[in-house]
Amino acid sequence: MSDMDEMDDGSGIVKKFMFLNRKAPHGTVYALEGLEVVLITAAFDQDVSMVFTDDGVYQLLKGIDTKGIEVKDFSKTYRALDGYDIEKLYVDQASMDARGLTEDDLIVDVTVLSVDEMANLMAEQDVVISF
Amino acid sequence: MPMVNIAGKDYEVDEEGYLIDLSQWNEDIAKYMAVEEKVDLTEGHWEVVNFLREYYAEYQIAPAVRVLTKAIGKKLGPDKGNNKYLYELFPYGPAKQACKIAGLPKPTGCI
Repeated sequence: MSDMDEMDDGSGIVKKFMFLNRKAPHGTVYALEGLEVVLITAAFDQDVSMVFTDDGVYQLLKGIDTKGIEVKDFSKTYRALDGYDIEKLYVDQASMDARGLTEDDLIVDVTVLSVDEMANLMAEQDVVISF
Repeated sequence: MPMVNIAGKDYEVDEEGYLIDLSQWNEDIAKYMAVEEKVDLTEGHWEVVNFLREYYAEYQIAPAVRVLTKAIGKKLGPDKGNNKYLYELFPYGPAKQACKIAGLPKPTGCI
């Protein structure tokens, strides 16, 4: 699947896009808007990765219940990313540790990266967009 | 927001006719939307509409057409998971028309 996207028929330039999510899921529009941008970007067959760091790791938390704040719970939508061929999801180890979270607390499968690994990954990108 | 009256009840829709509160959805609404879209609902249409409702319940979004096609193929087989079949059912765009009939918002990324 992803091979097809990345090596396509040569009809367009494929750039490495990283979407960096830094903020808690609710309280600001950043997380939801960022997710929508990623879903739209998926249509253009680019090499997309998503990174969750700082309070952004809370976006992927299992068992979010937004009834009390009367906003839409879009956390289930992260599970749809796979169907959009967005399979590169990374979280920052230090951000997880600081919040007492492990991979088991998250709604999707992710790769946990150290600060150094994250820095290398960022250096490889053509475009980094921060939300 | 505009209102439409369907089978004696008023429902709020957006300026393009999509249902605002998807929890209000019922078969009467689906039939009304289908008439609006000039779609004659058959079993094949219902299969896609019901699939979309399940997809929305699971992921909280209406899928892009490419994603819908692939997911339908997985669930209902390759003879249905292709553009030709889905565009025969919904000539003006399976994501756009089928989502409207299913009471879902317009898919993200649908221009």
